[in-house]
Amino acid sequence: MEEVCARFVSQKISKARWRPLPAAALQPPDLFATGSWDNEDNRISIWSVGDVGSAGLNGEYQGEPQLLCDIRHNGDVMDMQTLSASHRWENAHYHADQYTACGGAACTGVICNNPEIVTVGEDGRINLYRADQKDAVRTIDNADSSTLHAVTFLRTTEILTVNSIGQLKIWDFRQQRNEPAQIFSLTGDRVPLHCVDRHPNQQHIVATGGQDGMLSIWDIRQGTMPVSLLNAHEAEMWEVHFHPSNPDHLFTCSEDGSLWHWDTSTDVSEKPSFLHQGGRSTAYFSHSTINQSVVSAWLSNDPTKDRMEITNLIPNQTLSVNTLDVLGPCLVYGTDAEAIYVNRQLFA
Amino acid sequence: MCSGGSTTCERLKCVKRPMVREQARRGRRTRLCSYCFPTTLPRPSSGIRAAWPGPASPLPPRRGLQCRHCFRGERPRLPQSRGASPSGRRGGGRRRLAAGLPAAGRGETLRSSAGGSRQESGQPRGASARAGERRGHGGARHGAAADGGAGRRPGPDAAVLRVGPRRDAAVRDALRPERDQDIYMETLRKLFNESHGIFVGLQRCEEERAARARNAQLVQVSKNYRSVIRACMEDMHQAAISARDSALHSQYSIQVSILSAMELIWNLCEILFVEAAPAGPLLLRLLDWVQLHICDVDNMVREVLGSENPSKHKLFWNVVDIFVLQGRMDEARHLLSKEAIANPTSMNMYKILDDLMKKMPVPSLGNTQTLTEMELKWQHWHEECQRYLQDGTFASNSHMESICKILLGDENAILEKKELMTTWYHFLVTRLLYSHPTVKPMELRFYAQSSMDMFLGEESNPEPLDTILMAAFEFELHQVIKECSVALSNWWFVAHLTDLLDHCKLLQSHNLYFGSNMREFLLLEYASGLFSHHSLWQLGVDYFDHCPEYGRVYLELHIERIPLNTEQKALKVLRICEQRQMHEQVRSICKIMAMKALRNNRLGSALSWSIRAKDAAFATLISDRFLKDYCERGYFSDLDLIDNLGPSMLLSDRLTFLGKYREFHRLYGEKRFSEAARLLLMLMTAHIAPCSFWMTLLTDALPLLEQKEVIFSAEQTYELMRCLEDLTARKLDKQKFQDDDVETMKVEMLRLALARNLARVIVKEGTLEGS
Repeated sequence: MEEVCARFVSQKISKARWRPLPAAALQPPDLFATGSWDNEDNRISIWSVGDVGSAGLNGEYQGEPQLLCDIRHNGDVMDMQTLSASHRWENAHYHADQYTACGGAACTGVICNNPEIVTVGEDGRINLYRADQKDAVRTIDNADSSTLHAVTFLRTTEILTVNSIGQLKIWDFRQQRNEPAQIFSLTGDRVPLHCVDRHPNQQHIVATGGQDGMLSIWDIRQGTMPVSLLNAHEAEMWEVHFHPSNPDHLFTCSEDGSLWHWDTSTDVSEKPSFLHQGGRSTAYFSHSTINQSVVSAWLSNDPTKDRMEITNLIPNQTLSVNTLDVLGPCLVYGTDAEAIYVNRQLFA
Repeated sequence: MCSGGSTTCERLKCVKRPMVREQARRGRRTRLCSYCFPTTLPRPSSGIRAAWPGPASPLPPRRGLQCRHCFRGERPRLPQSRGASPSGRRGGGRRRLAAGLPAAGRGETLRSSAGGSRQESGQPRGASARAGERRGHGGARHGAAADGGAGRRPGPDAAVLRVGPRRDAAVRDALRPERDQDIYMETLRKLFNESHGIFVGLQRCEEERAARARNAQLVQVSKNYRSVIRACMEDMHQAAISARDSALHSQYSIQVSILSAMELIWNLCEILFVEAAPAGPLLLRLLDWVQLHICDVDNMVREVLGSENPSKHKLFWNVVDIFVLQGRMDEARHLLSKEAIANPTSMNMYKILDDLMKKMPVPSLGNTQTLTEMELKWQHWHEECQRYLQDGTFASNSHMESICKILLGDENAILEKKELMTTWYHFLVTRLLYSHPTVKPMELRFYAQSSMDMFLGEESNPEPLDTILMAAFEFELHQVIKECSVALSNWWFVAHLTDLLDHCKLLQSHNLYFGSNMREFLLLEYASGLFSHHSLWQLGVDYFDHCPEYGRVYLELHIERIPLNTEQKALKVLRICEQRQMHEQVRSICKIMAMKALRNNRLGSALSWSIRAKDAAFATLISDRFLKDYCERGYFSDLDLIDNLGPSMLLSDRLTFLGKYREFHRLYGEKRFSEAARLLLMLMTAHIAPCSFWMTLLTDALPLLEQKEVIFSAEQTYELMRCLEDLTARKLDKQKFQDDDVETMKVEMLRLALARNLARVIVKEGTLEGS
């Protein structure tokens, strides 16, 4: 089977997300959802890439995503996350998106940490919902003077937001004051930040992507400045994601139509991970005697030492890659060229 | 291409699709791409029947609604006129085309001249007297047909006639922002998107390559385009099958036949213009072309082979004939061998025919043999056939005799099989195969013309598709493009084809008397159409980029008209403008966004937008709003922004003041009084603060004056006093008659405080100096 398969879907894709898998799952993910933007009626669609469904179709569409179902969505889909409470497949953003649209301001980001859902919007407002309650549990009006672009959970009660004047803020829901617990910013430049993701294991490491395509790595334990700034894409970086189970790998996608795979694991000692079972892990066996440094590769990273391997996964793409999601060995990304791509052998 | 015997799939370079697979076909294993050819598609026979409105007989009547040569039941057909299109939606497109107007606004020059070009194309071709004659004839025939109610669709002349009187209405409609219906079809969007990638790739590929490599590359690009059309056709076909609504179904079916016609034309253009196959290979290419597009035979073959005794099937000889007519000798021999086994008595006769068919010389693709060599061999073979025919070897079997006649290139024998060939261009290729296998490209036109006349005879007039193909055979490139523009409802086809031909350096001599050149004109039209779409506008940008002369102007005009519903969309539009240094547009977008934010009372957001646009006037306006809010409420909002203004503070005086004033508050809050005092004084003496704000600043100085510690030096106090006096003097000038109690009280208090401070500071400074 080919490494990447594509499908043109007649709608510009703004978000794509895999269905989360239980941690113990061995098989690769097979379901993902996409959302479209800029259409007259935007849709959220659920796709399957499993081999099960395609076998019945003369093997013709093998590996090509199959549409399972879709729902109409009022307005552009800006962000989505999935809840899998009690094995339920639910589009959490579906109700989240509409509530925040007070005064016509768009909701730009949503994150959930079962059962809590946090949304942020262009109106600089932060809303906290619970999956089982209809109304917002808590709303912070004017939380930010500018547009909030993305949000992610730091810990159970703390969230991180990025805004359009280049600030990274930590909010603590335990505090009653409607003020951020901490503000980080790049000095001077005020370059808008578009995306944020947290290291899955080391929660103090946070990656953000900005309008100039710069990737910043922050250590939120110390300082208000990013630990490293990496000049990356030529245009807006729309999404950044650590690999959930193999966090030495980072993925970024950008308006300039590129999708980069950042790999810090190559020259640092190879971590034994389920993705490198078999031949490869033995090949690096000699390295494993090197002390597994406590400091993550992302923080210790010294640009002068060529320790990071970066590959562009899409050559010759012209239109923006708006979204990506990575889970296990599978990568899905959606573009403004109205196509979704699934790469099922990321580490092959 | 996976037609016939070739083994690679043409769709290798384009967007990776996963379905290259192996398939056993007639005992051979072929590597196929499922998007490539109808023969390779999974074709449930029920599906075909459903899509095929004709009778159950696999031999459809030659003309009529049923397929002649089909893409799964849909024959390539071009829309003819408004009246002929059932839904009328293509009529809309055509109407617009007739007036030569795009959906969105464009220059007056282009408008009038486009109208001119339309007129020209409506007239019979001056270049070919015969064509004009034929057309006139066709028009007459049309009248007769309509009278007779024969159900024949009107010829091109009729179409022009119908469109003509509608011109006024058409212009009116076109001036109204009318939507181009085609771009709203979901399936066609895939075509637009996928071909966009190919287009951009073609523009990027460097010119300096060697001629041969360059040609191979262009052929590959052309094949990619075609495979996109194919893929789209397949999608459309699926849509047609799954459509429950009969109107929708017929609409999709029409689209399938139009796409099929596009591919047919494109393929021919690829052979003749892009690849420019020389004599010899030319014929092979044309054979492929016919085999690819006339695929009735595959249904028939399946039916015959599927029957219990193929050789007894009533269609057996039809299938053999078709194979022979299409030059698929191996397959014909395979079938004949079955028949031979069934008839041991006439085994010898079969053997001879089989031998003849085996020995038939074919032009080689490589340089292994010269044309003369080939001609010699062919002559020899021809004589052998002739001998067998004359000595009556096949006299006992009329089928075999006719095959032998076909092998000899007997035009009448071939014409007898008209029903099996279904189109004149099939006839042309068969005729060339058996009588002029080494035809040169430039000779094509004579054979094409006579084939069409012979095939259609007296009874018919050429359809738009026929005229387009004929123009191609005549190497009338511009005529092809012109006819296609008239016949097709959208600009996709002509724009991309013209661009490709332009890259082949075939259009360079031709300049329009308006605009820049034909390529640019068509690309502009196409891209303008895309811009009228709510989502496809992003594609249009790249097309405008590759129009050297007017592209930028078009882009500037169009991009300003994109509705900006969300910030993300605004950012994307902004990025497009910034990349192209379109400062005016950047400003206007930022201003729009800033205004929106301001209307929603999002001052911080508005300010950051105006800073991004470097719009000093707007920044001043927003700063004033901030200050006003401060005066009313007594505290600042959006501190996270104002505290971090940095160098962007210098954008406007008022913004600088806002930032500095906020800095004063911060210093004051941090109890750094002397610094705060210095800053406050500086704000007034350097005239950064607006005069209207001086009173507030002086009032802010009050608590500093009243501190236990002396903060303002004597000199600073004098300065403050001067400021106060300036202010009151100005006030007096302006408002002589108004007497504000609060104001006067403030002034009194200030004077008092200043005097006391002065007294204290004199004492302090005196003692310090004294000690």
